[in-house]
Amino acid sequence: MDARRRNNVVVTGDADGPVVMLAHGFGCDQTMWRLVVPVLAATCRVVLFDHVGAGRSDLSAWDAERYSTLDGYTRDVLDICHALDLRDVVFVGHSVSAMVGVLAAVAEPATFAKLVLVTPSPRYVDDGDYRGGFSAADIDELLDSLDSNYLGWSAAMAPVIMGNPDRPELGAELTNSFCRTDPEVARVFARTTFLSDNRADLGEVSVPTLVLECRQDVIAPPEVGAYVHARIAGSTLVTLDATGHCPQLSAPEATAAAIARFVADAA
Amino acid sequence: MTRDREAFSALLEDSADDLYENAPCGYLSTMLDGHIAKVNGTLLRWLGYEREQLVGRLRFADLLSVGGKLYHETHFAPLLRMQGEVGGVALEMVAADGTRLPVLVNSTVKTGGDGEPLLIRTTVFDASDRRSYERELLRARQEAERERDEIRRLATTLQRTLLPPVLPAVPGVETATHYHHASPFEVGGDFYDLFPLADGRWALFLGDVCGKGANAAAVTSLTRYTLRSAAVYDPDPVAVLTNLNTVLNQEADTGYPRFCTVTFGVLTVEEDRCTLTLAAGGHPPGLLLRADGTVEYVEMPGGQLIGILPDARVVTTTVHLAAGDTFVLYTDGLIEARTGDTRYSEEQLLDFVSTLPPVSAAGAVDALVGLLERLGEGVEDDTAVLAIGVPGPPSP
Repeated sequence: MDARRRNNVVVTGDADGPVVMLAHGFGCDQTMWRLVVPVLAATCRVVLFDHVGAGRSDLSAWDAERYSTLDGYTRDVLDICHALDLRDVVFVGHSVSAMVGVLAAVAEPATFAKLVLVTPSPRYVDDGDYRGGFSAADIDELLDSLDSNYLGWSAAMAPVIMGNPDRPELGAELTNSFCRTDPEVARVFARTTFLSDNRADLGEVSVPTLVLECRQDVIAPPEVGAYVHARIAGSTLVTLDATGHCPQLSAPEATAAAIARFVADAA
Repeated sequence: MTRDREAFSALLEDSADDLYENAPCGYLSTMLDGHIAKVNGTLLRWLGYEREQLVGRLRFADLLSVGGKLYHETHFAPLLRMQGEVGGVALEMVAADGTRLPVLVNSTVKTGGDGEPLLIRTTVFDASDRRSYERELLRARQEAERERDEIRRLATTLQRTLLPPVLPAVPGVETATHYHHASPFEVGGDFYDLFPLADGRWALFLGDVCGKGANAAAVTSLTRYTLRSAAVYDPDPVAVLTNLNTVLNQEADTGYPRFCTVTFGVLTVEEDRCTLTLAAGGHPPGLLLRADGTVEYVEMPGGQLIGILPDARVVTTTVHLAAGDTFVLYTDGLIEARTGDTRYSEEQLLDFVSTLPPVSAAGAVDALVGLLERLGEGVEDDTAVLAIGVPGPPSP
């Protein structure tokens, strides 16, 4: 299976610039990066892709077992790097993909030059003194609502094709479609995401790392950003003046600038 | 006149403020960071909050269940940011006392003159009734899925009773079979069997009953047991098929067509060779694959379906198999498979088999299974395959 087709890999920007690979998180697809790509493309070779099960990836490649752990997603990232013969990659992972980047950089440190972890969380569930932001009961309720109420989720996730007169730059075909997820895929991805525990992997990271967090984030609260920063030796923590879990949408200029600065820094 | 005047003054009374406060839906205005700037009385009543508990203190996402919070952050907010509006999203709000309120939410971004987003306007509809209805639909769907599984299980079980679990080992002869189910939900009408006769010879048959489903299964069952008992009484292929024809004709007035195509044969095994005496009714010709690689059809005269006419004309054909020869019987699911706008044909099947190197019975069946897989969805009918071969000299 060609990883480029399987993961709908798109390469853009300056072919001679440093390689910046943008990985979207749970929920949407590579369109999430739409507002930061133009800034990065000016100086970098930008590699975008969709995780299997999301966006325009090859849905037939989706397999509940392979993608029931982050290792499946990590192997895909490494496959893409090998298929494109990428070296010295600056991997930018949003949300759950931040941990995919951690796992990939631990597995093959030679392939990666730097890591940017955007609103990362190594563990969503509270555990002893660790504050992940969600109680075990919260996660149970979430998984239960995914299992029992798939009508609601599937209806909510169904693409709605409609005109968008106020934002003509977004084609009608885009509307809702970039957040389209098959309910079965969403269930497995949510389970994988919210039950994962990658705290022990943080200490293994040996490449320069930037942690980008938002001032206020329900999914990855500031304690978690501080935890990730503390566990990755030599990492830099930048708190964006942004709210929500997706600073690449709520504060695209600041997010793009922080990534571009980190890419340009001499390591 | 009085009524008109009352209606008019009621309209005057229905100010925009009052409509906002007491509209039959919840209104919410939030800052871009999600903090609640304004909320109407309806939503406060539904959730059991005082205005000052929410305004400036909580964000919209704080009022959602955990699943709703995650959905809001990972889908709703990004969509709203990209599109400027999101509609008809099912979420659950959490009231002050912890109870859950199923809602349908629509949001739009209000922009200033320069196009910069200013705030988010949200309407909230009570979807409790709709949610109960959806739960009913969901329950009905799960019920339907369970029944579907049950039908599949019944069809598979019934099908299994119509086919021998394994063929008996015939000394000096290699046999192989395959049954292709076109649908897991319907019992097909194809059948085959191989069994010993009292005099040391063997009997075999393969056929296809008209139709599918429960009726076809009943005819298949009748056909199978008639063939087996007729063969005990008199194994001559003409006698066996004539008996089957009589039995199926006796059942003809039950309102359901009861006929089949079938090949019945008697196998005599000698040292290094065997002889097949075959008779058929309306069945596709068998394939003879010689040890030297040549391939031919064995036509069996008497093209008449069994069970249609009171007097069936049945004649026998004899085939001699030497070491390395293989004889294959199959049903028409194979040669009538759809390939684009046309159907696969006997000629194409012959061409395909001609490309094979000399094969054993198992090899021939494997090759046909591969062919069925390539024809894929085009195989609309069940297909049964039975191959008999005399083991040849070991291949070099």
